[in-house]
Amino acid sequence: MSLEWIVKIVSENWQMFLRGAGVTLYISLIGTVVGAIIGLIAGVIRTIPAPEHGVKKWFLLFVNFLLSVYIEFFRGTPMIVQAMVIYYGSALAFGVNIEVMAAALIVVSINTGAYMAEIVRGGIVSVDKGQFEAAQAIGMNHLQTMMNVVLPQVVRNILPATGNQFVINIKDTSVLNVISVSELYFLTKSVAGNNFRYFESFFVACVIYFVMTFAVTRILLYFERRLEGPDNYTMVRGEEMQPAK
Amino acid sequence: METVIDIQHLNKSFGTHEVLKDISFSVNKGEVMTIIGSSGSGKSTLLRCINLLEKPSGGEIIYNGENILDDKHDIPTYRRHLGMVFQQFNLFTNHNVLKNCTVGQIKVLGRSKEEAEKVAMKYLKIVGMDQYINAKPKQLSGGQKQRVAIARALSMEPDVLLFDEPTSALDPEMVGEVLKVMKELAMSGLTMLIVTHEMEFAKEVSDRVVFMDKGIIAEEGSPEQIFNNPQQDRTREFLKRTFKVVY
Repeated sequence: MSLEWIVKIVSENWQMFLRGAGVTLYISLIGTVVGAIIGLIAGVIRTIPAPEHGVKKWFLLFVNFLLSVYIEFFRGTPMIVQAMVIYYGSALAFGVNIEVMAAALIVVSINTGAYMAEIVRGGIVSVDKGQFEAAQAIGMNHLQTMMNVVLPQVVRNILPATGNQFVINIKDTSVLNVISVSELYFLTKSVAGNNFRYFESFFVACVIYFVMTFAVTRILLYFERRLEGPDNYTMVRGEEMQPAK
Repeated sequence: METVIDIQHLNKSFGTHEVLKDISFSVNKGEVMTIIGSSGSGKSTLLRCINLLEKPSGGEIIYNGENILDDKHDIPTYRRHLGMVFQQFNLFTNHNVLKNCTVGQIKVLGRSKEEAEKVAMKYLKIVGMDQYINAKPKQLSGGQKQRVAIARALSMEPDVLLFDEPTSALDPEMVGEVLKVMKELAMSGLTMLIVTHEMEFAKEVSDRVVFMDKGIIAEEGSPEQIFNNPQQDRTREFLKRTFKVVY
């Protein structure tokens, strides 16, 4: 009976499943956060207004070119292949054996970064042009405009897309089993290999994946609502005319 | 009289379309100057060229004895001496009213938070928005937003304040509250350059009026001259049209 097997598998291997789920969550969380930071930096660089001439102009063009190569390349190839290339390639190219965990974090981060760069660009484009002009008009430079006015609005706008990316990462880290990262899929495979109950073992993994993605979606929804801010404000009157902290 | 900004032979083209043709005039300290003219005459473009939101195609803008269109000139440094009030308010939607008025002071002028808040409160009181410091822009009416935008510009303590049709996006009943604030500022001796369609207001507050038509300054003079005794046919024509619509 399948149900008995499921109970047996869970009771005998719960530590394995838990560890796998932990590693999966760890890699996808770090990958999403680092990827989002890469995306924000790329977004700021790609929206620098082009100087009209001089060395700066060519330097900026060159950096933008590198960024688009990076984005196109990592969006245009499967992560499973990127994992193989980076893990085995780094040994060949630099003569260093990076740890699988390091390779896993690098692959997921830069892969997510490529997607986030496009998401951030869309987020920046969607900010009203008047916001840029008002910031420039009070004398802010590009970086100040971005940090104080534009990016806070962008972060709020791209939160749903970032959450989506996080959910994708939780599921897609499973491809890292090809470089033997001990995430949930990899450990499930070894559990199944021990007891030869493939359906039951992967059914357990399936439930764990769903619980993780569902929980993440709910948590992000909560944060989104909080970022909206309160609907009300308090009037300040008379003597107590003090800025609220 | 001390000149704040001196504009010499300014040109601006969008592609092959010449929007501004050989514009020359100067803004003097303490003076209230209004720019009037029909839509598409280049008024707003001229104002946006002055703080370089649009890059002029030719000519000179002299500020403090230097041509700020020179390549070596740092644009953000120049802009902090000019205040700008936009038609669409453009308050920073991610900040509350107080922060809208302090963020520039802190980040651009390097003032401390305490000092910036003190300055901001002073100007928010002048525009009558000091009770709303905790409100976000989306919670305010158009007139309130524009008054906060004026306080934000004033908080930078600029040499000259530019107004780009500040009441054109407002509901009619809110125009009055914004014009009232602007009148008070005009009386206080602030240097102001105002693009407006509010003729009565222009007549009342201006020291000097510039009438623009098809990218050139068609007539320039005192409000009495422009409104009561216009010298040019185009000015007469424009005023006839405008006042027919109003009354």
